[in-house]
Amino acid sequence: MTELGLAQISRALANGEFSSLELTQEYLRQIASENGDLNAFITVCEEQAMAQARAADEARSKGEAGPFSGIPIAHKDLFCTKGVRTSCASKMLDNFISPYDATVVENFNRAGAVVLGKTNMDEFAMGSSNETSFYGPVKNPWNRSLVPGGSSGGSAAAVAARLCAGATATDTGGSIRQPASFTGITGLKPTYGRVSRWGMVAFASSLDQAGTMTQSAEDAAMMLNVMAGSDPRDSTCSEAPTEDYTASLDKPLNGLKIGLPVQHFSEGLNSDVEKVIRDAVAEFEKLGATVKEVSLDNSHLSVSAYYVIAPAEASANLSRYDGVRYGYRCENPSDLEDMYKRSRSEGFGAEVKRRIMVGTYALSAGYYDAYYIKAQKIRRLIKNDFQRAFEDVDVIMGPTSPHTAFPIGSKNDDPVTMYLEDIYTIAVNLAGLPGMSIPVGLVNNLPIGLQIVGKDFAEAQLLNVAHQFQLATDWHKRAPGK
Amino acid sequence: MSIALSDVENIAHLARLHLSDQEKEEAAKSMSNILNLIDQMQSVNTDEVQPLAHAFDAVQRLRVDEVTESNHRDELQTLAPESEEGLFLVPKVIE
Repeated sequence: MTELGLAQISRALANGEFSSLELTQEYLRQIASENGDLNAFITVCEEQAMAQARAADEARSKGEAGPFSGIPIAHKDLFCTKGVRTSCASKMLDNFISPYDATVVENFNRAGAVVLGKTNMDEFAMGSSNETSFYGPVKNPWNRSLVPGGSSGGSAAAVAARLCAGATATDTGGSIRQPASFTGITGLKPTYGRVSRWGMVAFASSLDQAGTMTQSAEDAAMMLNVMAGSDPRDSTCSEAPTEDYTASLDKPLNGLKIGLPVQHFSEGLNSDVEKVIRDAVAEFEKLGATVKEVSLDNSHLSVSAYYVIAPAEASANLSRYDGVRYGYRCENPSDLEDMYKRSRSEGFGAEVKRRIMVGTYALSAGYYDAYYIKAQKIRRLIKNDFQRAFEDVDVIMGPTSPHTAFPIGSKNDDPVTMYLEDIYTIAVNLAGLPGMSIPVGLVNNLPIGLQIVGKDFAEAQLLNVAHQFQLATDWHKRAPGK
Repeated sequence: MSIALSDVENIAHLARLHLSDQEKEEAAKSMSNILNLIDQMQSVNTDEVQPLAHAFDAVQRLRVDEVTESNHRDELQTLAPESEEGLFLVPKVIE
C-alpha cells in the first residue's frame, strides 16, 4: 500500500481496499525500519497519526470523508505544528513546541490528513544538500552516500523512499525543485503568494513559498487544492482566486509553446544530463508541443542577486532568535549582550551564521545601495527577462540542476560552490513564478529532473503539462532499489 | 574583494553573534568569497532600473483597525526560558 501514490490511495480508501489506520501503521513500520539510516524525519508523530487515522476512518464510515481524508503525509519541520516540536533543524528551536498550527497544517488537518511527522531539512532552510541540519544529514534513498538535495531533503527522501504519500516543503531558491530532481520525484513551488506563509518559519520573506513533494503531478494537484488560497493572517498571501488544480490535468498539449533558455544549456551543464533533458523535451514535441529557444539575458546574475537578498532578509527574520521569549538560551549569561551573542552563536549552525553575517553586511550603512538596492534592481531585470520570454512561449523548460546528486561532504570547502547548485532554479524565486521539477531520466542510475516554469498563477497549466508527460512515460514510477 | 577582520568584528556585533578568533578568520575568508560572487552584479548598468522588492510590486495590504486577536500571553509564556508574573526575565543590562 505504501508504494501507491496519493491519488491512488485516495481512491483505494474510498473503495474500502484498506483503512487509513492500516495504511498509517504500515508507513510507521517503514519509518521505524528506514529512518535510522535515511534520517528523513526529525520527529515521528506515532500517537497523533494513529488518532488522526482512526478519526478519518470513522468519518468515512459516516459518509463524511473528503478526497484527502486519511491520507498520511509529512510536514517539513519549519511548519508550526501545535503541540509538536518545530525545530527548523536547528539547535535554536530544538526545545520549541509550537503553540499553534501553521495555516498549511490547519488546512491539511481540516481535510482529514494524517500527519506522520516532521521532516529533516537544512537548518532554517539554508542549504542545497540537507547537510546543515542540527540533526545530521539526510541520505539519498537512491544511493546513501549521496545527498538528497536541500533544503527540503527530508521531505524529498521521505517521498522517494515511500515513507509517506506526500510531503509539504518550502522553496526559497530551489529547495523543493532541486531535491525533487536529486531523488526522482515531483516537486512543485507555486507562485509567490499562492500559499499562506502564516506559521511557516521565515527565511527570506519575499522569496519563501510552500509547496509539495509527491510521486506525481496528479498527487501534487491534490495537495495544492488543500494548500492554496488567501489568508488574512498573511498579508503577502495573494487574494487571486484558486481553482481545482486537478480539473485540467487531462488537457492535451497540442499547441503548447515551450521555451528553452539558451543560458541553461551552456557550459557547466553535465553533457549526460543535457541529453536526458533534450530527450524529455522531444517527448513533449511528440505530445504536440512546439519548442523554441528563448533568452534570459540576466540569468548569470541571479545567484549574485539572490545571495544578497536572501541573506539580507534572513538577517532580519532571524534577529528574533535572542534567547528571551522562546528557543535556546545560553547557560549563565553575564549580561544581556552576552546572552544575545552566546545564545545566537551557540544556537545557530555555521551556514546560518555565515548568511546572517553576509545579510547584515549588505544592509549596513555604506553598503545598502551597492548591495541590497543593486540586487533588487537586478531582480527587476530578471523578472523582465521572464516577462519578455513569456510573450513568445507558454512554459519554460530546462534542467533543474547541472548534475545528479553529489556525495555527502563533498562541497564543504567553499560555500560558493554550494550556492551554484541553484543556478537554474534561483531566478524563478526572484521573479515569483511557479516552477516544478519532474523526473525525466537517469544518469548512472541517479535521477534527473526537468524544470518547468510557468507564468504567474499558472499552476494548473504546469500540472497539466507535467501530468501529460507522466501519462506517456514512467520515470516518475521509478523508485530507489526498483 | 576581501573583508578586513575589523569589518567582521563590526558585523558580528551588529548581528549579535560571538565569533572566536578562528571563526573570525574563517568568516573573513568565506565572506570574501561570497562578496566576489556578489560583485558580479556591478557588471551591469542599472541606473534607470527601479528596484523590485516584491515579485508583483504588491504593496502592504491594510485592514480596518479593529481588535481581532485575544491575549495568549500565559499560554505563550510557557515557552520562555525564564519568566515571572507575566514578565520575561533576562540578565541585567550593563550601561
